[in-house]
Amino acid sequence: MKVRNLLASKSGKVITVNRNQTVKDVVDILAQRRIGALIVVGDEGKITGIISERDVVRLLSAHGGSAMDLVVGDVMTKDVIIGTPQDDVLSVAHTMTERRFRHLPILEGDDLIAMISIGDVMKAQRDAYRGEIDTLQTHILAE
Amino acid sequence: MSALGTAETPLRVAIVGAGPSGFYAADHLLKQTDVIAQVDLFDKLPTPFGLVRNGVAPDHQKIKSVTKLFDRVARKEGFRFFGNVELGVDVTVDDLRDHYHAIMYTTGAQTDRRMGIPGEDLAGSYPATEFVAWYNGHPDYRDYEFDLTQERAAIIGVGNVAVDVARILCRTREELMETDIADYALEALSNSNIKEVYLMGRRGPAQAAFTTPEVKELGEMQGCDVFVLPEEAELDDLSKKSLAESSDRATNRKVEIIQSYVDNQPTGKDKSLTLRFLVSPTELFGDDDGKVVGMRIVRNELYATDAGTLRPRSTEHFEEMPMGLVFRSIGYRGVPLPGVPFRESWGVIWNREGRVLDPEADEVLPGEYTAGWIKRGPSGVIGTNKPDAVESVNYMLDDMRAGVLLSPTTPDAGAIEALISQRKPDYFSYADWIKLDELELANGEAQGRPRVKFTSVDEMKAALGR
Repeated sequence: MKVRNLLASKSGKVITVNRNQTVKDVVDILAQRRIGALIVVGDEGKITGIISERDVVRLLSAHGGSAMDLVVGDVMTKDVIIGTPQDDVLSVAHTMTERRFRHLPILEGDDLIAMISIGDVMKAQRDAYRGEIDTLQTHILAE
Repeated sequence: MSALGTAETPLRVAIVGAGPSGFYAADHLLKQTDVIAQVDLFDKLPTPFGLVRNGVAPDHQKIKSVTKLFDRVARKEGFRFFGNVELGVDVTVDDLRDHYHAIMYTTGAQTDRRMGIPGEDLAGSYPATEFVAWYNGHPDYRDYEFDLTQERAAIIGVGNVAVDVARILCRTREELMETDIADYALEALSNSNIKEVYLMGRRGPAQAAFTTPEVKELGEMQGCDVFVLPEEAELDDLSKKSLAESSDRATNRKVEIIQSYVDNQPTGKDKSLTLRFLVSPTELFGDDDGKVVGMRIVRNELYATDAGTLRPRSTEHFEEMPMGLVFRSIGYRGVPLPGVPFRESWGVIWNREGRVLDPEADEVLPGEYTAGWIKRGPSGVIGTNKPDAVESVNYMLDDMRAGVLLSPTTPDAGAIEALISQRKPDYFSYADWIKLDELELANGEAQGRPRVKFTSVDEMKAALGR
């Protein structure tokens, strides 16, 4: 299964935050949208980083309440791992586990078309396995 | 007026496309205990079951047994089948909106992905999808011709469909006679000149999409020797590492089987099948008559993407091979339905979690849904469509409870039947299919075959005494 095949079951809106916004903005968006990470874009709209709930926790621990005033561009993760629609879902699952990240932005050419989470990947795997099992059971039980 | 989904006002759903997704969706709708639903399943062919009938290889009868489940669904109260009825020709989306509370599109994928190389359209270069439809007796393809006088055939791709094509090309007449392959294909293949078949995958053995049982089956054919080049069967470092880390037993087994073919010697069988890995065609060459006579392939190496997928990239090493027959088998592709927003670049209906989407307005269309390959792309096995269809149906039921489905002017079950009878008087009901099925099985028994298929709509009508 390729990433492309699980994009249909996604809402299709990628929520981003600008590098000049604050951690408070990030927290508000994450809470409101009930998601775990945001892609950070620069003024030209290009991906410059990613910031997740894990980053927020880390910053709160280091700075306390004043973490909220920090500027996103200064504290985000700059090393963003990017996926494409052609990536294998199983490889993605493996990489997410090995490299301990839970969100993968998906680029098609230059366009950010989706952000998939470990939850999306798990659901896709579960559905794929269920489908295989169902098919195999039918096969085995046939005369 | 009573609520939708009750005995007084049953939920009326049109499902367009009677393949696995359509049946899984119908099943999920009809098994709801607190909703009374009625399902009309449409298909442009007179016969139901989609690729289970027209795609699954004729020598894989057991896979087709899933139709028993579909048959049970079809016999449920509230189910009707309208075969030989085409969306956009006999009924339109607007007709359906007038007669149903909800519409679901499950039309699958009828066409092929192209390779995008020069010479792809030369005579003698075909999509595997057409060849498969032809040998399975799909009425729209029975008149297609494939040049089986050639001695060398290449199949581009190493998925299950590619392996099916290889196997069917390499089967002996005796082996084919035990299947439900179309009669005309049985004759044509029995008389073919094909001697050497090549299956070509652009990545390595560990990435090949065919399943372990499929590749094992290749080594068990009566009339064909299987070969693999030792240097192509050897795994590269990235693949070895990836396999070791994932401890994926199925893939390990698959690679073992492929590597076991390295030691095969010719045993004097009529045909040979060679599995090639890490090669991609770059060009097909034609003669003055526009027929394929050769191909150039490039050797590939694997690299890892950011996200960990092993992908191919071409090297500077090329080969040229004479070849008279080429089948591209690199995937199916969906075709647009008239009146339904189509995402051209992906070959699927525009949708969000199975609700059809208007991409301009970025809003879902009320009461319209999709499931299966036309929703998420052609991937997975038959059963993969079940959780997919269930997801879409569940959203439909949520929307029903929220009161946001369609508002048909004439939802009465009799009204749409009258319309179809007028527009397409020779439509086929499920009862018609039951009769055709019995006849195909009986004709098969007379010849010692699982069934003998009807391969044209006229034949089917004649068999029904119309």
